[in-house]
Amino acid sequence: MSARVAVVTFPGSNCDADLRHAVALFGMDPVAVWHKETTLPRVDAVLLPGGFSYGDYLRCGAIARFSPVMADVVAFAGRGGPVLGVCNGFQILTECGLVPGVLLRNEGLTFQCRDVNLRVEGRETPFTRDLVGQTLRLPIAHAEGNWFADPETVARVEGEGQVCFRYLGNPNGSLHDIAGVSNTRGNVVGLMPHPERYVEASLGGVDGSGVFRSLAASVGNPPIGANA
Amino acid sequence: MTPGTHDVITDELVQQHGLSPEEYQRLLDVLGREPTIVELGVFSVMWSEHCSYKSSRIHLGRLPTTGPRVLIGPGENAGVVDLGDGYAACFKMESHNHPSYIEPYQGAATGVGGILRDVFTMGARPMALMDSLRFGRLEHPKTRGLVRGVVAGIAGYGNCMGIPTVAGETRFDRSYDGNCLVNAFCCGIVPSDRIFLGTTGAPGNKVFYVGAGTGRDGIHGATMASTEFGEGSEEKRPTVQVGDPFQEKLLLEACLELMEGTAIVGIQDMGAAGLTSSSVEMAGRGGRGLLLRLDQVPMRETGMVPYELLLSESQERMLIVIEPGREQEVLDVFRKWDLSVAEIGEVTDDGVWRCTWHGEEVAAIPVAVLTDAAPKYDRPQQAPPALPALPELVDPDPFGRLLVVLADPDISDKQWIWRQYDHQVGTDTVVRPGADAALVRIKGTAKHLGFVCDSNGRHVYLDPFVGTAGQVAECARNLACVGATPVGLSDCMNFGNPQKPEIMWQFARSVDGMAEACRALDVPVISGNVSLYNETDGVGILPTPGLAMVGLYEGPTPGVRARFSEGLEVALIGELGRGWLAGSVYARLMGFDRHGAPPPVEYTAERALHVALRALVAGGVVEVAHDLSDGGLLVALAECTLDGVGGRFDFATDAGTLYGEDHGRALIAYRPGARDRVSELLAGVHSEVIGQTGGSRLAVGHRTVDVADVARAWGHSFPDWLAGTSPTR
Repeated sequence: MSARVAVVTFPGSNCDADLRHAVALFGMDPVAVWHKETTLPRVDAVLLPGGFSYGDYLRCGAIARFSPVMADVVAFAGRGGPVLGVCNGFQILTECGLVPGVLLRNEGLTFQCRDVNLRVEGRETPFTRDLVGQTLRLPIAHAEGNWFADPETVARVEGEGQVCFRYLGNPNGSLHDIAGVSNTRGNVVGLMPHPERYVEASLGGVDGSGVFRSLAASVGNPPIGANA
Repeated sequence: MTPGTHDVITDELVQQHGLSPEEYQRLLDVLGREPTIVELGVFSVMWSEHCSYKSSRIHLGRLPTTGPRVLIGPGENAGVVDLGDGYAACFKMESHNHPSYIEPYQGAATGVGGILRDVFTMGARPMALMDSLRFGRLEHPKTRGLVRGVVAGIAGYGNCMGIPTVAGETRFDRSYDGNCLVNAFCCGIVPSDRIFLGTTGAPGNKVFYVGAGTGRDGIHGATMASTEFGEGSEEKRPTVQVGDPFQEKLLLEACLELMEGTAIVGIQDMGAAGLTSSSVEMAGRGGRGLLLRLDQVPMRETGMVPYELLLSESQERMLIVIEPGREQEVLDVFRKWDLSVAEIGEVTDDGVWRCTWHGEEVAAIPVAVLTDAAPKYDRPQQAPPALPALPELVDPDPFGRLLVVLADPDISDKQWIWRQYDHQVGTDTVVRPGADAALVRIKGTAKHLGFVCDSNGRHVYLDPFVGTAGQVAECARNLACVGATPVGLSDCMNFGNPQKPEIMWQFARSVDGMAEACRALDVPVISGNVSLYNETDGVGILPTPGLAMVGLYEGPTPGVRARFSEGLEVALIGELGRGWLAGSVYARLMGFDRHGAPPPVEYTAERALHVALRALVAGGVVEVAHDLSDGGLLVALAECTLDGVGGRFDFATDAGTLYGEDHGRALIAYRPGARDRVSELLAGVHSEVIGQTGGSRLAVGHRTVDVADVARAWGHSFPDWLAGTSPTR
């Protein structure tokens, strides 16, 4: 039976459909979850999509963390369930405190939509199984992706192997070139680049596929070679 | 200028409302009485150039607007063409020039917001945006700030909405110093049997207001956009609307959700002239009257009066007409999305557009008086004096000028712009910005839509008829380079003051040139808009008909690019050229940019070229296809080397051959093994092999240039200028 993967839609999310499409391509069953739900349906993983939740009019993600569904997402993460936040989803995870750091305005002050190279590092997570050590080319599309934390947090994150994705060529001024981090337990991951945008060769790349294959394997989905 | 309800209508008040004495007399005649101040405000916007098309309407009728694919032509919020298998494309291009000059960020942002609403009002989910931009000289003190503000505004709105901006074009000329152009295009996909229209249905139907509350922003925006700029234009900032893309994203999702059901009879976005224009247009199309209870309109400021409510251009608002008994469905959906929703009126059977304020009638005007009785002018036309011919250009080393041509702001790399636009959201963008045309797939089908926008004001200035026809041909050629066949065109006619006979002549000739080329190339014009009075202190812009063309490609995703790889044979389809330099970038750089006639279009050859290009691309026969346009043959070749692979070519190195901008030409490159197949598909089309790719130099005859220098000249000039680290050229 296919694993069920929740994709939460906040008001202003705009990569939710893209994530559901990618989840389905890799044989999993995407479950759309409206942010006003107070409990998650029975799912094997939770994904928080990119976009501009609540318009990003306060700090990015600062209002979405108070959406009714988030309490249950935090509880799901606390039980060790796999949670991935992409772009605005990453920002929401930092606002909830599920992953360390904050995301500041890009150093160049403009929105950047382009490809970046990343190295997958740190300990394995449900989203980076068999990927550690690889270099991936993935798209970014954000104005606030400049990861920042106080020196103690940076040292701890580096020391505990929580840096999952590191830019090779820093596009936004992020500390230590950090593109994605996990929590200490390793089940919650946030990253700025968009793996869901590079899972089909016709769209310019397939380097995002590994993240979804890793998720499928982690939640016991039968492996398939989805790759249109 | 927010008068009370009972002011006396003075000549001054009439003038402030942009109506001429003759127009006011016409108003008195058709209304049969003096208007209230509220009614005067309503007439002022409905009879403005912006809403009534009073100077342009009689000319636009000459455009071809029908065809086997056309489901909805001009007149609705956007046009719709059938794509087969139950899919249809809904698209339109619209200007937001005047507001963008006054307040670049909000002006451009709300331009994007407006065009998005035009498309999703029809029931279509937006799938792509494009922008055509014009700015003044780089050395003009306002240009840099306008570029930054406009680009940030487009990015701010489009990115937040999650609609990819997939293509665009940006050019510069001194004529735009005091009037930038911001033309925004949107295309959406709609089931061909689920298209929504702005109509009323039967009397008794309920009128709902949904979306953001009404504020005092943008009052008289339509009137402002119907006049020239002069001293004090900056003071018009309060007439510019303020955008809220987050509200619009919610509005989009809520409207599409409600459209899944059957509650909606008609739906209309509130754009220029806000509540007035949207309600009058709906009533006009439905052939009914309408009653609006203005006190029921959701407001975001206190103390607002009917005059303001009717003329506000607050963004992110819609009017929806439903059958009685379906109210709860509307309330449920819009409350789910935390949007304002209010029943504000109903459809009536007397043909009168009526507004009340706490029970008191403040306006009652027959709908036909506002729409059909609007002034319509056949303004005088006069051809301007003939322009000087292009003199013989003396240049000892045309090839040596390549890097200067590549660094020209009209040609150089605009990544700085399009990297600020999310061009991949939606995961359908197959060919991205920077190519001849963008290509976006429709998930779950073999269908792809090609998108291109283009306009060359210099060619149009030299000859509005030929110049505009050439642009139509070039758009179709760009689409052919990604394998797409044109299905429709949207036009955004940016011109000066139509009360000047020479401007009116430019406009009429431009329409006729577009009409001829569209007929010859089978491209219906399905939507568009007109922006006149693009003048400052009496000086008009180059006539700039902004064209946005959409094409359809069906099949596996084509692998074609506009960059060389090693070991390809390169051919030029079309003639090496007559060396048509008049109107070219090269001639301008030599100091002659308003001289001679633009290159002519030969439709038979042009059509044959498009057919051959599409077959070559669709069949996967060629690896490279690239249109020849600005900068001519040498610039097209140089652009193909930007990935670092050069080539050796053999043709004459005179200025005409290198930089001539004749139409009807394109470059292709293919593996030598594909030569026979290429020849087969090019049967009957003139073409010649001009060289081979490889190495790190671009060589023509015995002249060469390092491709790294090509990339540097092309890539650095625009960002360096923005950063202020380069001279202005």
